[in-house]
Amino acid sequence: MTTTRPRTLAEKVWEAHTVRRGEGAEPDLLYIDLHLVHEVTSPQAFDGLRLAGRPVRRPDLTIATEDHNVPTVDIELPIADPVSRTQVDTLRKNCKEFGVRLHPMGDAEQGIVHVIGPQLGLTQPGMTVVCGDSHTSTHGAFGAMAFGIGTSEVEHVLATQTLPLRPFKTMAINVDGQLRPGVTAKDIILAVIAKIGTGGGQGYVLEYRGSAIESLSMEARMTICNMSIEAGARAGMIAPDETTFAYLKGRPHAPQGADWDAAVEHWKSLRTDEGAEFDAEVHLDADALTPFVTWGTNPGQGLPLAESVPDPEKIADENERFAAEKALSYMDLTPGTPLREVKIDTVFLGSCTNGRIEDLRAAASVLQGHKVADGVRMLVVPGSMRVRQAAEAEGLDKVFLGAGAEWRQAGCSMCLGMNPDQLAPGERSASTSNRNFEGRQGKGGRTHLVSPLVAAATAVRGTLSSPEDLN
Amino acid sequence: MEPFKSHTGIGVPLRRSNVDTDQIIPAVYLKRVSRTGFEDGLFAAWRADESFILNQEPFKAGSVLVAGPDFGTGSSREHAVWALMNYGFRVVISSRFADIFRGNSGKQGLVAAQCEQSDVEQLWKILENDPGTEVTVDLEEKTVRAKDFQTTFAIDDYTRWRLLEGLDDIALTLRHAEDIDRFERERPSWKPVTTPVAAE
Repeated sequence: MTTTRPRTLAEKVWEAHTVRRGEGAEPDLLYIDLHLVHEVTSPQAFDGLRLAGRPVRRPDLTIATEDHNVPTVDIELPIADPVSRTQVDTLRKNCKEFGVRLHPMGDAEQGIVHVIGPQLGLTQPGMTVVCGDSHTSTHGAFGAMAFGIGTSEVEHVLATQTLPLRPFKTMAINVDGQLRPGVTAKDIILAVIAKIGTGGGQGYVLEYRGSAIESLSMEARMTICNMSIEAGARAGMIAPDETTFAYLKGRPHAPQGADWDAAVEHWKSLRTDEGAEFDAEVHLDADALTPFVTWGTNPGQGLPLAESVPDPEKIADENERFAAEKALSYMDLTPGTPLREVKIDTVFLGSCTNGRIEDLRAAASVLQGHKVADGVRMLVVPGSMRVRQAAEAEGLDKVFLGAGAEWRQAGCSMCLGMNPDQLAPGERSASTSNRNFEGRQGKGGRTHLVSPLVAAATAVRGTLSSPEDLN
Repeated sequence: MEPFKSHTGIGVPLRRSNVDTDQIIPAVYLKRVSRTGFEDGLFAAWRADESFILNQEPFKAGSVLVAGPDFGTGSSREHAVWALMNYGFRVVISSRFADIFRGNSGKQGLVAAQCEQSDVEQLWKILENDPGTEVTVDLEEKTVRAKDFQTTFAIDDYTRWRLLEGLDDIALTLRHAEDIDRFERERPSWKPVTTPVAAE
């Protein structure tokens, strides 16, 4: 690359993966370094390969796991739902036929696809990572260009290890300052989405920057990048730094010896150049942030926990007002009710947003010495079997069980309710997951998105709460 | 994929913004391993309500969906496109589409036609005042027509060309197989592979 123009991180990664530059209206052809596969969005793609007589071009850059519809209890038994079982069996057959490495239910490396990639050290700075799942944006926390794709694109990557795509526009999300105690990465991203809206990031790759982002752990960075899609952006990125390198070092697939040195040398160049221009910029003050929760049925409908359910009458934009009215009706909430008074039936701790070890530690630190309130059920679902194992080694499972929560096996679980972990109609949850869409966690279920700290405090008090409410 | 030149069919006004993919097809309907049969899950929760627009004649037989902004947000599930197409939709009109949904549509032959919100409002009025009004979407001309109202829509030129020709993306990419081979030869050796490592 001979260009001397200052470039953004996203532009650098894109250019380093351009197999062929598109001419005119034609998109670029982008090389894909890592393709993550799961049971729900892949069967039709493998079928397509079979029909066309095509092999998987790079099984060695492809890895599969079972996460979306697997049960989180009794995993040693056959899956009860025959349709789910068929889907999981289909993945197993396809992986065998096409030579793709698979971590099935019960395997030590099984887990949510976006938890196991980083955990294995397969997700590295400067890579292109795709998966038939919109939360692939998670991997951008390592300075990778990572985004979700549809099943036709899954087939395309399996067949060619490339994707025809036009470059994204770039948006800087500057978060400066220091988070107060009790305020987390989840609160940052919920505030960002409330600020720019569910469509605000459309067509962009977001780059999260600033002192507040730099001071975050890898787990917290993953939480932020994970929900880029909830702001409409296919990808979110954070420039790699010493925190990133320290996380990666020694992981099973991280480079070793001289390769490690060469890799780190390259990774250090993966920063937005001084003077590079973004197509858009947004600023957020970390000092001013407080715990955030959603009140509506899209992730942009959020507010600080200290506030009250909003009054649609006061919303100027007609479409937004109408959406807010519909949301409040679905959520069965009355304008003016303090959010802290909203009663919760179920607390879900888990998902690719907040199902990593640090999230479990945070929640356990709040639950320690407390009990889950009467009438509230709390599900704790580790993001992977390794996370589960690590939590048990630290005794976190005892804290959860002692408080009266359920300690489950790894999977996507109640984030999307594809397995039996669902809300009943009318049931209300405080959930550390990523989407509060109507019926997302079960038909008729009502979801409030929260951080792990808020989830744990809510479980204890039975209403939306932050840890300081327990004092 | 079948070529798409133009389509005329009953327009369905869906006065909702942020129609996310969990509304288009809830997760519990995603367990099939085929590309067909997803019409039963289309707008499943809303269709349980008798007054929902797709439960009413003549909208039941609609094939052009006219929706509010931010259509198709959320999950990457291509099942959302399959469900719309399995049901009989050929075109969705909105002032803003989620990126992944728009991409998935283009791969399957569903036209995601982007119009100004003011045009969407016009279409809603026409379709509500005279249910059963047919909408013509011409991909060559990039126009939408209903009665005496006509406007243009945006769609990227490459997707439009592929839809007009009915071309398969993978076959197009494989024309550049040599470029891919060359790129692979030059990739750094320390890039990870997924094959199990000895230490595991």
